[in-house]
Amino acid sequence: MEQIITYILLALMLIFSVMTVTSGRILRSAVYLLTVLVATAAIYFIMQYQFLAAVQITLYAGGIVVLIIFSILLTHHIEHRMENPVFWKAMISALAALGAVAMIAWVLKDAQSIQNVAGFIPPKMEDIGMALLSYGKQGYVLPFEVISVLLLAAMIGAIAVAKPALLQFKNKNFKQDDQ
Amino acid sequence: MVFNIYDFTGLTEWIHEGLSRSLSPGLTLVVEWALIGAGLLTLVALLGLVLIYLERKVSAVIQQRMGPMRVGPWGMTQTVADVLKLLLKEPLMTRNADKFLFNLAPFIVMTASFLALGALPFALGLHIMDLNIGILYITAITSLGVIGILLGGWASNNKFSLIGAIRSGAQIISYELSVSLAILSIVVLTGSLQISEIINTQQNGWWLFKGHIPALIAFVIFLIAGIAELNRGPFDLPEAESELTAGFHTEYSGFKFAFFFLAEFINMFILAGVGAILFLGGWLPLHFGIDNSFNHVMDFIPPIFWFFGKIFALILLMMWFKWTFPRLRIDQLLKLEWKYLLPLNLLNILLMAFIAMQGWYF
Repeated sequence: MEQIITYILLALMLIFSVMTVTSGRILRSAVYLLTVLVATAAIYFIMQYQFLAAVQITLYAGGIVVLIIFSILLTHHIEHRMENPVFWKAMISALAALGAVAMIAWVLKDAQSIQNVAGFIPPKMEDIGMALLSYGKQGYVLPFEVISVLLLAAMIGAIAVAKPALLQFKNKNFKQDDQ
Repeated sequence: MVFNIYDFTGLTEWIHEGLSRSLSPGLTLVVEWALIGAGLLTLVALLGLVLIYLERKVSAVIQQRMGPMRVGPWGMTQTVADVLKLLLKEPLMTRNADKFLFNLAPFIVMTASFLALGALPFALGLHIMDLNIGILYITAITSLGVIGILLGGWASNNKFSLIGAIRSGAQIISYELSVSLAILSIVVLTGSLQISEIINTQQNGWWLFKGHIPALIAFVIFLIAGIAELNRGPFDLPEAESELTAGFHTEYSGFKFAFFFLAEFINMFILAGVGAILFLGGWLPLHFGIDNSFNHVMDFIPPIFWFFGKIFALILLMMWFKWTFPRLRIDQLLKLEWKYLLPLNLLNILLMAFIAMQGWYF
């Protein structure tokens, strides 16, 4: 039963990935991308990687796709259509995509499914939390902190971009609205 | 007798064993899924009927009116009549709308609500999936609903819808932070994301009482931010009738409109459910300490009534808010979140972590 569902999901992902790049309407592309991301999360759920699945949904489906849709909402009109790319550009993109597929296939050619390894237990939430904050062997506290610094920098950058009024109107006569 | 209102584990096991005796494992799973689906559909249909009636009566009481009185005794079958009317209505379609996305949007909203319902424990043993990361799953899945709102607003090709959708998006994304942080401050105490585990830690008292002041602050923030995330009054600017006609669902009619409407009420139920699980002990009866006569009296009331009782208490509170407070302006809304709730929330988590570290909670 799980295998049937997995194959259906994989087929969906393939179809919608292709549709994401071939659709002429940008918002529909975003929706196709959403389907691919949610299907990925569903496969993680089937593989019992529940934390990864939830993070996939929160970050990619609930976060990034919402931001993409939001920016499309602000910039595109409903009648706007993307132009078809020039033939040789499409060919180069297709070649690059095929190259990536070949590379992944080569890396995975003698990989073993982790479910087949004897004594596989789905990772527990506590272990993931401990591993993220541990500084011993196989601890991830350094990447965790580095990412938080990156996020902080991004947030400060966003505030600086969103508040040009502070830089422009140093004039005392200009009374800024209370906001 | 397999059926026991205090513990549904026997009943679910009995169904499972009975099915697997005559069917193959794969088919058993399919039949069980169908049963769960039918159960959820019934629950949602009943909830829709009850909650809409309740909303109309509560608003009527607050505004000193009678509310619906004509259809059935005290107007109790008014919602049934309304649902029939919506079913019979013509599904209108704007000519220049993006038809595919326009039709897809209500289903995304509804699917997100249904998926979240699957993780709620209704009583002992009456829990569809007890995931290791249950509460994270609920926050993740409910964040998908906003996509439907954004798509619906854009695909309608109507300026009111678009403004409503953008407002709704900004509002939901902002307030999701506060909801998640408020949830997190209780997770600090429970040490687990699993819903059954969170409920088990409250055997000797609810977190609202055991967690001192930080839990109380987290509860208030959770309610405020949660109501904002639901697009409910007083935070209902995305569908402000007086300025945007109806916001993102202006162009929807018939059953697609009903889907948006119903999803909103189900989301209210889910929010109240999460609040009940985290702060009010889920389906656990009201307990003080361990093993005393007060607890035994409370144990007499079945868990399923406790859970629904808590949920309806929270829902009544939300309705009371909606019909009491005037609608916020968009700048007030964003100010409330980013300048007050979020900093308070972060401080609250620090305080809560300190209390948990010192073991000052009961």
